[in-house]
Amino acid sequence: MRFMTMIKSDESMPWGPPPPALWEAMAAFAKEGAINGTLIEQAGLGSSAQGAIVSLANGSITVIDGPFAESKELIGGYAVTEVRSKEEAIELGRRLLQIHLDNWPGWEGSCEIRQLFQDNGEAGPS
Amino acid sequence: MSDQRTGSADSSAAIEAVWRIESTRLIAALVRVVRDVGLAEDLAQDALVAALSQWPESGIPRNPAAWLMTTAKRRAIDQFRSMQRRDRGYAVIARDQEGEAVTIDIVGAFDHVEDDVLRLMFICCHPSLSPEAQTTLTLKLVGGLTTAEIARAYLSTEATIAQRVVRAKRTLADAGAALEEPDLAERANRLVAVRRVIYLLFNEGYSATSGEHWMRPALCDEALRLGRILTTLVPKDAELHGLSALMELQMSRLAARSGPDGEPILLLDQDRTRWDATHLRRGLDALDRADALSAERGVHTLQAAIAACHARARTAESTDWVLIAELYEQLARSTGSPVVEVNRAVALSMAYGPAAGLTLVDQLVDLPALRGYHLLSTVRGDLLDKLGRHEEARLEFVRAAALTQNHRERTLLLARAGRLPDAL
Repeated sequence: MRFMTMIKSDESMPWGPPPPALWEAMAAFAKEGAINGTLIEQAGLGSSAQGAIVSLANGSITVIDGPFAESKELIGGYAVTEVRSKEEAIELGRRLLQIHLDNWPGWEGSCEIRQLFQDNGEAGPS
Repeated sequence: MSDQRTGSADSSAAIEAVWRIESTRLIAALVRVVRDVGLAEDLAQDALVAALSQWPESGIPRNPAAWLMTTAKRRAIDQFRSMQRRDRGYAVIARDQEGEAVTIDIVGAFDHVEDDVLRLMFICCHPSLSPEAQTTLTLKLVGGLTTAEIARAYLSTEATIAQRVVRAKRTLADAGAALEEPDLAERANRLVAVRRVIYLLFNEGYSATSGEHWMRPALCDEALRLGRILTTLVPKDAELHGLSALMELQMSRLAARSGPDGEPILLLDQDRTRWDATHLRRGLDALDRADALSAERGVHTLQAAIAACHARARTAESTDWVLIAELYEQLARSTGSPVVEVNRAVALSMAYGPAAGLTLVDQLVDLPALRGYHLLSTVRGDLLDKLGRHEEARLEFVRAAALTQNHRERTLLLARAGRLPDAL
């Protein structure tokens, strides 16, 4: 089963920028994911100031350049994992947040874990 | 600060998830310490049992890997002290602990994780084991699958698989496999064996040789996962990247290769929009990495290069068959395999017409190695059909149907024989 894990947090970072220790711990975590075969790919996202929102409402499509007005729960990065159960994906998400807890004082946020639909010739995702 | 799970999270499923993630490196690290595969697995299992009894109360620890490792090592020491057993594994632990406080170096426990996991793979693919034992043990110890899961994947019974595992472990112990420190040349040999085992697993899943189903995706997923692990452990091995490329590219076609009723759909008839873009991209990337690492393509890399020709063709008609025929020629040269020649015949027929293919096929029919090989009959039937020699084609399809072990394929072949125009 493939899951996409999206990490969400307040883009304004009231608790300050990520300390170097976080990057080290994240690199070690990524290595672990490679060695146990769970990590397919991961990437961090640029700030919303570099992005845009294209939306459709009331029959018209509008484009609004970033930064986004709503910045409390923005996706900061994602990982695609290949695991054998949802619990495994949750456990990886838990570890990701543990790394934040241990290495980035004050940080708050969440992991959204969503299964990716996969067409493997069998019945659809359960 | 609490790590307790709240809400509906099922704790045994959560613990099982931790086990899934950790079992490989846990067993691998324990093998380094106790130098015995069976003992290492028992200790790891003991740690799991302890987790299952304690974690529902205490919550999952902050560092579950370290917890499991500590518990397993303590278990080993306790057993040694209470039983005063002098078998090899315990003696090693005892020696390690001499002059040391009983506190165990947890930080260092996983320092050698790459070496440990690679050693475990080498042991599981040890030359003293049969290919069947190698794949089973690899699934069990490196893949972390349960006996029940392996039995399901192989359409076998749990008892059969359990027995196979026990026997394999005994063979390994007799051979002293876990005590070996293979030198550089031997490591290269072992790596060949590991690659072969992974591809065997993949193939068993991709083209199930027996049973009702055309494929078993769970085995393919496991093989891909093992491939990912291995390319992380030995990143400079070009052929490993080639193997990953091959598996990813074949996997990209998984959904497209069977119809709504599970009937097989051949490559050229597949709906290419159903090919999985992620697998396809990862496959092509892995092939690029293999080519960047070595100018000489190994067997798996050549096969991947052929798969890549199909992957790059938007339509079946735009396939570069001339290149594919060339690649098969290289592959035939490096493998000496008559089966590859059959594939080359198909490529030649696509590049230069059915007569060109049939010329090669007719040279192959008398080879003893290909006697009873159903694909040769299938290919010959196909080429004869294209040349309008329907009656001969029908005979070949019927022969192929009688030779194949796969129910689905047999149905397909008989249907094809039935569709041929009647010869008058």
